[in-house]
Amino acid sequence: MLQIQGLRVETGGKEILHGVDLFIGAGETHALFGPNGSGKTTLLMAIMGFPRYKITGGRIIFRGQDITRASLDERARLGIGMSFQRPPVLRGVRTKDMVSACLGGREDGEVVARMSERLNMGDLLEREINYGFSGGEIKRSELLQLLAQGPDLSLLDEPESGVDLVNIALIGEMINELLEKDLKRNRKRSGLIITHTGHILDYVNAGKGYVLLNGRITCERDAHECLDSIKKRGYEGCVECLK
Amino acid sequence: MSEVSASRKNRELAQKALEKKPALGEDIDLSAYSSTAEEHRYQSDPARLPSKEKDNMLKVGVSLDDRSQRAGTFVQIDRSVVHTSASQDGVEVMSVTKALETYSWLEDYWWRAVSVDTDKFTARAELDLDNGYFIRSLPGAKVVYPVQACLYIAHKNLAQKVHNIIIAEEDSELHIITGCATRPMHASGLHIGISEFYIKRGAKLTFTMIHNWAPEVAVRPRSGAIIEENGVFLSNYVSMKPVRSLQMYPVARCAGEKAIVRFNSVLVAPPGSNLDTGSRVLLDAKGARAEIVARTITTGGAITARGHIAGSAPDVKGHLECRGLILSDKGVIHAIPELKGNLAGVDLSHEAAVGKIAEEEVEYLMARGLTRNEATAMIVRGFLRVDIEGLPPELAAELEHAIELSEKDLF
Repeated sequence: MLQIQGLRVETGGKEILHGVDLFIGAGETHALFGPNGSGKTTLLMAIMGFPRYKITGGRIIFRGQDITRASLDERARLGIGMSFQRPPVLRGVRTKDMVSACLGGREDGEVVARMSERLNMGDLLEREINYGFSGGEIKRSELLQLLAQGPDLSLLDEPESGVDLVNIALIGEMINELLEKDLKRNRKRSGLIITHTGHILDYVNAGKGYVLLNGRITCERDAHECLDSIKKRGYEGCVECLK
Repeated sequence: MSEVSASRKNRELAQKALEKKPALGEDIDLSAYSSTAEEHRYQSDPARLPSKEKDNMLKVGVSLDDRSQRAGTFVQIDRSVVHTSASQDGVEVMSVTKALETYSWLEDYWWRAVSVDTDKFTARAELDLDNGYFIRSLPGAKVVYPVQACLYIAHKNLAQKVHNIIIAEEDSELHIITGCATRPMHASGLHIGISEFYIKRGAKLTFTMIHNWAPEVAVRPRSGAIIEENGVFLSNYVSMKPVRSLQMYPVARCAGEKAIVRFNSVLVAPPGSNLDTGSRVLLDAKGARAEIVARTITTGGAITARGHIAGSAPDVKGHLECRGLILSDKGVIHAIPELKGNLAGVDLSHEAAVGKIAEEEVEYLMARGLTRNEATAMIVRGFLRVDIEGLPPELAAELEHAIELSEKDLF
């Protein structure tokens, strides 16, 4: 699904990623760990194609196609989607307008209506997008948009942050739906999840885990083992892992 | 026709003000315009008007083929009133000259909310009036459907001068949609429109005005409103088509306790357009409230967006909001919000923001698969979305429709 080779990325004139390699197969979900400032969000933004994150070296291959030079919206239409940590407020644009934009003309209104009901979206659909939203409301709205968009690869930036313990199960359920986790076979959808606490992994099953440290991947192993190791030995302990 | 309306005093004041330059906006040489136009025949059924004119009127919310959703209709082309009718009890619709003949008391309302010697435009309207409309809801009447009025310029280079009087009597409810348009043409024209609104005790008036002028037309509305105790005045204004020069600054005065005023405007200035508009509210009575919201877009033209709320009575509250979007390097938006309080108990606030569309917002939508153009269009559509509290659904739909029609020209 996604193959990254020697990716170097700079933003604000400073190189943040110094050659990252990554491979996510179809139907797989991987987790990305790392301390603040290690470059996790930069990696997601670069995969998504935000112009502020300039790719200075390496390649991104998505479903066999080199998308290193593809624009943000081209990548979205090819099947990459992202949930935002701090999305902007769009005055006058309602959440439901965003959802229909994500559907891109596909007649999936019923599915979305059913989903939003299950997600306790309530009046959120009628409200101006992200205007006065709580942390939890942002997460739910972001995931609802992604569900409508239906990308083959979902990039999720800390989906559990700011969500209380009751709602985290709900968020987990949405992500499982998004990544077709109910399918045991022929699952196509893949995901890359940034998580600080690892809480989301109690609800969403992830295969591989990576630790990103100072712009380099320093550990690559089973996601749960990776998390246990970080808990025991800290991020620095992971440096030993790849040696 | 002015002889039927003018008291000697008004005439004298007007004579003196004939050369008086306007306080704001470009001065206009009135002698450059024609004061005469061919007569247009009265139609008892306005559906008989030429379909080309009807289409132009429909674009500003005036529906002549199907009037089932309207409580009354007034149509004036150039200087001629070509149709008036009222189809609901409790509402009166007629030409203002006929109303002056019918009601002697109307003299008391003539130039009470707007001064006759404001400037050369008011003076000229007094001395050389073409006509205008009189719309009134009787005491206690709840007029369900909106009354529609159209002021239309068909004659090239005409200076059209109208004086409108709108009265919502005590405890009545009235909705008006006014559409102003020209026959599409390249020649110039001038519209001078005096409008005086009287909202009596406990009455509610919503007034929605859609302008659809032409690139060479100059427009000078002069409007004033007086709102009595517990009265509500909601005024919505939309101008999204090219217009050479538009200057207006309507003033609403809350004269009675707990009177409420809300001004909403949506303005677009394409290249070559110069718009100097604003709304002013005088909170002169205890507990009165005002809200002014302006949304402005330039695609190359110039906009001055003014707003002024003055609080001079206890417990008054006012808020002014002006947001401007610059969609072209050549456009200018100048927001001038003003607040004046001269009492400890007033609560006045404003917020103003002018700028281009934030790149972050465009990228957010592009990450959902929209192209840059689609993303920009969606943000602009949201910006222009008017959610007006208290607006009846028919009017809200007309407003939305008018905005949608013009939106297409923005990109």
